[in-house]
Amino acid sequence: MSVAQPVRPVPANPLPTKRRMTRKQRRLALIAAAGVVLCFAAGLVLFAMRDSIVFFYGPTEIAEKGVAPGTRMRLGGLVEVGSVQRGADQRIGFTVTDGNNAIKVSYKGLLPDLFREGQGVVTEGVFEGVGMFRADSVLAKHDETYMPREVADALKKQGHWQPGGDAPTPAKP
Amino acid sequence: MIVEIGHYALALALGVSIIQALVPFWGIVRQDRALASVGSSAALIAFALVALSFAALVTSYVRSDFSVGNVVANSHSAQPLIYRFTSVWGNHEGSMLLWVLILTLFGALVALSRNSVPPRLRAGALAAQGLVAVAFLAFTLFTSNPFERLSPAPAEGQDLNPILQDLGLAIHPPLLYIGYVGFSITYAFAVAALIDGRIDAMWARAVRPWTLLAWTFLTLGIAMGSYWAYYELGWGGWWFWDPVENASFMPWIAGTALIHSTVVMEKRDALKVWTILLAILTFSLSLLGTFIVRSGVLTSVHSFATDPARGVFILLILVFFVGGSLALFAWRAPLLRQGGLFAPVSRESALVVNNIFLATACATVFIGTLYPLVLELLTGAKISVGAPFYNATFIPVMVPLLLILPLGQSLAWKRGDLLGAAQRNAAAFGLAVLAALALIAFTRGGPVLAPLGIALGVFLVLAAGFDLAERIIARASGWHAMFSRAKGLPRSAWGTALAHAGIGLSIIGIAAQAWSTEAISVLKPGERLTSGRYTIVLEGVTPRTGPNFRAEVARFQLFSGDREMAPLEGSKRIYTARNMPTTEAGIRTDGLSQAYVSLGEAQDGGVAVRLYDKPLILLIWIGSLVMAAGGVLSLTDRRFRLAAPKRAAPAAAAPQPAE
Repeated sequence: MSVAQPVRPVPANPLPTKRRMTRKQRRLALIAAAGVVLCFAAGLVLFAMRDSIVFFYGPTEIAEKGVAPGTRMRLGGLVEVGSVQRGADQRIGFTVTDGNNAIKVSYKGLLPDLFREGQGVVTEGVFEGVGMFRADSVLAKHDETYMPREVADALKKQGHWQPGGDAPTPAKP
Repeated sequence: MIVEIGHYALALALGVSIIQALVPFWGIVRQDRALASVGSSAALIAFALVALSFAALVTSYVRSDFSVGNVVANSHSAQPLIYRFTSVWGNHEGSMLLWVLILTLFGALVALSRNSVPPRLRAGALAAQGLVAVAFLAFTLFTSNPFERLSPAPAEGQDLNPILQDLGLAIHPPLLYIGYVGFSITYAFAVAALIDGRIDAMWARAVRPWTLLAWTFLTLGIAMGSYWAYYELGWGGWWFWDPVENASFMPWIAGTALIHSTVVMEKRDALKVWTILLAILTFSLSLLGTFIVRSGVLTSVHSFATDPARGVFILLILVFFVGGSLALFAWRAPLLRQGGLFAPVSRESALVVNNIFLATACATVFIGTLYPLVLELLTGAKISVGAPFYNATFIPVMVPLLLILPLGQSLAWKRGDLLGAAQRNAAAFGLAVLAALALIAFTRGGPVLAPLGIALGVFLVLAAGFDLAERIIARASGWHAMFSRAKGLPRSAWGTALAHAGIGLSIIGIAAQAWSTEAISVLKPGERLTSGRYTIVLEGVTPRTGPNFRAEVARFQLFSGDREMAPLEGSKRIYTARNMPTTEAGIRTDGLSQAYVSLGEAQDGGVAVRLYDKPLILLIWIGSLVMAAGGVLSLTDRRFRLAAPKRAAPAAAAPQPAE
């Protein structure tokens, strides 16, 4: 950043004539440097887009699109009432449904405070095929009346959306 | 009555802001000094009116006036006073009022800083700033009015979202908003310079304190938000690459670039056109952030009220200010004269490289944040972009920048000596490499990249320290001479060193998280759980009652190895008004590390417990505090104090530590 006193006195002849570039050359050099960095970043972005992006699906979409087993994704829907089972060693099983299709989810860990049967949920993990999903995270919500937007959309698609469930909720600034 | 006064004052403020936006502009066109100076008075009056309005809302909250809809929806009479107060901005409408309050505060500060700015420039800047105020006052009044009455008034409120009932809400939003909104001043100055068609080092000197001020507060705001999320959400995570976080992070990156480019402009009269563009882009990113947070277009772990009318209104504001200023830029920028020349190897070039990398890094965050939205609009597919994306894009762009940072700092202006700069940093680099080797040897089989990350942090801290030491010690004989040299160094030099060392400290803390461990188990009283260096033994679970919640408090003995430390408490709370549960993590600080306990559900006569060992995690936030301290020191540099009258010195508002 800024330094009022130069570390050493500025030489009397700042630019040796031999290496002086014209303004145009300078600008080209600058653009080239910026171009290189941008290309590097664009390459990284494209690479990352292929590998580290997860799609969001509802249970019906998984069935319809024929998602391949082993795909990493987010799954959203409602936690089916009566489906939550607690096993030993913090293993939890529950069913995510959108009314037409359902997927069994297994998860090891602590559930967020607002995880409830009959409420919306978004989980991230790996689809294991034949209606099974292994979640490694269950996303928290900040408010109990809040319905994750993807879940609401997925439910709407399946015709199971009841308006009024998404009353305006207080927001965090 | 108070509520009506607040509402009326807000409407008046809109009117005054319209005057502030139009009259000085007319004055500039007509070359009429009297008209042009109207902006100052208008800015002061607008601030006074918004402050009155804000005070009215605060009064309604503190008095629990449940005839106001906003108070009913977000407060409860049983809340402690501090939370009744912070509830004011713990909701959409109130936080917009805080936004506008800070916006007009900055307008007033510009109006008061008479001597530092040429009058024409100030008039133009106040007009541009007034226009921003008009847009947001109108937004608040017409789509997000916090003063709407409710009839009949309910007897009790619905309580503030329990997650927000924390001291973090008192600190994080105001700090963040001062940062966010502070960039409106640099934006306004950029627009004024474009209208004027003239720009010089004076401009940079006038703008730099505002940029530094906004950047410092934004740094503190982001750090505070991160620490808050860390202890409140109970996941032990401190950054989620959530769109809402990115919304504040993008202006921070752009603002960091802006701080550096204004230095070049101030010292060397170069990079003028780019600096203007950057000033516009930085505030545009602030506006984009406001749009992202306020319209609910993006999903995030934060939940937000989605109201299409608000989203469209903010989108219009965004398009108008970003599009308008960029159009103005395209039209007027060619008028700006070219600046000073510099050699390819020089401090200037190093700062240009800094700007290229920071702009690129900002672009990767931008793409990661907005790509899901664009994809959904185009194809309907929903995706989420998380940490893996940013690890693969943002970090590879930042690492080269940080590696060459100390080199750039050692280069002279105009024409530098690369070999000399490299030599001067050789010692720091060598020690950092040694640190990496030692770590790799000690933690064989552990994470591979983390020791390199720590080495990078060590390099930055040492290089910053050595650079300062060299300037103090070089050619000084004896302690006395060294002391006077240290005193004679400009504050901005100390600020630079601190800010760069702060980045290094944060990086060490971030990299050290590769060694954090996590264990999870159901504990009955007397049972133990070990994670990393820490072991907890559950003593028991007891019920407790708070002012507006019931809690089950689990008490643990905590051991670090064999050494017993102070006991630890974690709890589950149920806030009675909303019947909503929250988890209060138990955290014990151990040097720079923390033991972190988070409770799950009670089951089988025991309670589910998650224990983390978070090595050196405090460095992440300490580093941010050190960065912010660097910003403050730079702000108090002599050249800004001389340029501005005392009462307007922005440094007067010294930021509070973020904890």
